[in-house]
Amino acid sequence: MIEARGLTKRYGDTLAVDDLTFTVPPGVVTGFLGPNGAGKSTTMRMILGLDRPTKGTALVNGQLYGQLKGPLHYVGALLDAKDVHKGRTARAHLLALAQSNGIPRRRVDEVLELTGMASVAKKRIKGFSLGMSQRLGIAATLLGDPGVVMFDEPVNGLDPDGILWIRNFMRALAAEGRTVFVSSHLMSEMAQTADHLIVIGKGRLLADLPTKQLIEQSETNHVRVRSPQGDQLGTLLRDKGLKAEQVEGYLEVHGGTCEQVGDLAAEHRLTIHELFEERASLEAAFMEMTRDSVVYHADSFEATTEGEQP
Amino acid sequence: MTTDDTVAPSGMTADHHALVPPATDRFDHIVRSEWTKFWSVRSTMWTFIALVVVTVGISALFCLGVAVSWEDIPEADRAQIEPVAQSLSGIFFGQPAIIVLGALVISAEYSTGGIRTTLTAVPHRLHLLAAKALVLTVVAFVAGIVTMFPAFWIGQLVLATADAGLEVSLGDEGVLRAVIGGALYVTACGLLGFAMGALLRHTAGAITAAIGIVFILPIAGNFLPGDWGDDVNKVLNAGAAIMQARQIEGTLGPWEGYAIFSLWWIVLLVVAAVLIRRRDA
Repeated sequence: MIEARGLTKRYGDTLAVDDLTFTVPPGVVTGFLGPNGAGKSTTMRMILGLDRPTKGTALVNGQLYGQLKGPLHYVGALLDAKDVHKGRTARAHLLALAQSNGIPRRRVDEVLELTGMASVAKKRIKGFSLGMSQRLGIAATLLGDPGVVMFDEPVNGLDPDGILWIRNFMRALAAEGRTVFVSSHLMSEMAQTADHLIVIGKGRLLADLPTKQLIEQSETNHVRVRSPQGDQLGTLLRDKGLKAEQVEGYLEVHGGTCEQVGDLAAEHRLTIHELFEERASLEAAFMEMTRDSVVYHADSFEATTEGEQP
Repeated sequence: MTTDDTVAPSGMTADHHALVPPATDRFDHIVRSEWTKFWSVRSTMWTFIALVVVTVGISALFCLGVAVSWEDIPEADRAQIEPVAQSLSGIFFGQPAIIVLGALVISAEYSTGGIRTTLTAVPHRLHLLAAKALVLTVVAFVAGIVTMFPAFWIGQLVLATADAGLEVSLGDEGVLRAVIGGALYVTACGLLGFAMGALLRHTAGAITAAIGIVFILPIAGNFLPGDWGDDVNKVLNAGAAIMQARQIEGTLGPWEGYAIFSLWWIVLLVVAAVLIRRRDA
């Protein structure tokens, strides 16, 4: 269990993290979602006692991280797979971590085996690909068999096989009753992995809700129809109890299907020039939610609701 | 096939009897871990080899210089030549190696980003700093012994070639203290590099600053004018005092000198220790 209480981090004039309060429960995968620069990594570093909060506290199993004795037994965290001395061998790196927490040597071999790294254990980290470094980082999180695991953007730069591996792995950890806290800036990734989402933007909490709920909220599809007799069609639709309104030269219909609208138009001999179903993607819902809090705006490419997403 | 099959077992759960979290902070665990880290990077061995080769080699050369020109050295200058210090004098050029090693012990953590991984395993930062300092102290002292005794023996052999009774033996007064003092000097240099590394968190900066203290300042001190200049010069050259079997004129006494020289790393390390607790990693 991870608890953030009014967690705040200020760098000069910038509030990187602004009064975050949330709880990450055991047994599920909790996604920590936000655009780049939203404060996800800073929050994770504060949870791990690496950065000192300006205000507020972060507790792991009810304790400050710094108070944990042999913290690797309680928390496994992978912030950045590159945060290692690349001159060491994979095994030496893990052995040093294990020794610092009184974890027996044999466990090092176990986690190397678990992550498929046994064959390169004696190689220096220098020569590792990103995927291998990522596995090494994950091996390190497993050393103490912790009840809480944290991953910062674990699928960044991985190939599809690696992504699938990590996704299944996180789900398995949660299924074993562990607390799994994983950050991402990709809504689509989180939708497939996380049971619960904590969404932040510009350091502020935007949403804290089950993934399912967010999907339901965002995937309310609607039908768009273009007709020279739009006003008439609108009235007919509303008479049927559907919600219909003029948007950008189209009639936007909520609660109905293309078939219903087409049939109704045919019945009353109304001309239709266009008729299609429009689906708001999860990604779009996320962008909508974080629109005001994106640090790096791509104004010219700003995608909103696109029609006909496959 | 049930839906559970799509979730691969993590295989993570270990033999729980073997994985018992320690009840208290265990300093010995951290020391063992730092020991492993120290010996598992190649730079450690290379800097040791550089320390020994450069120090022993240059010491022998300096002794050779004295031995071949002894007849031509004026009487007044001969008093400034102390055979033990002469046979260890190569350390002046070998010391950057141990400074680099000391700095790397901590600065490499920052340059690689490894510090964040290290601190999640060892959140008690002062314990981490102390464990690193302890490992470095032990290893630097042993390296100093391994460097200084051969330098002494070879130096005395070379001095003996002058046939002027210049050479001394370990049994003579102050000689053993001076040679072991050489190892103590090496240790202090390593700790100076370490303290600078912890303070500046930047390898090149730490090495430059530490070498400035042990290499540039002693030379600069020689050019200071007047009585006050002599006094300041004594302090700037304090480190060398412990490597003299007999006190050369214009230098501090061995332990007095060593205490002053040690103040460099002690003060810097105290400041670094205060800062490491406050700074974000």
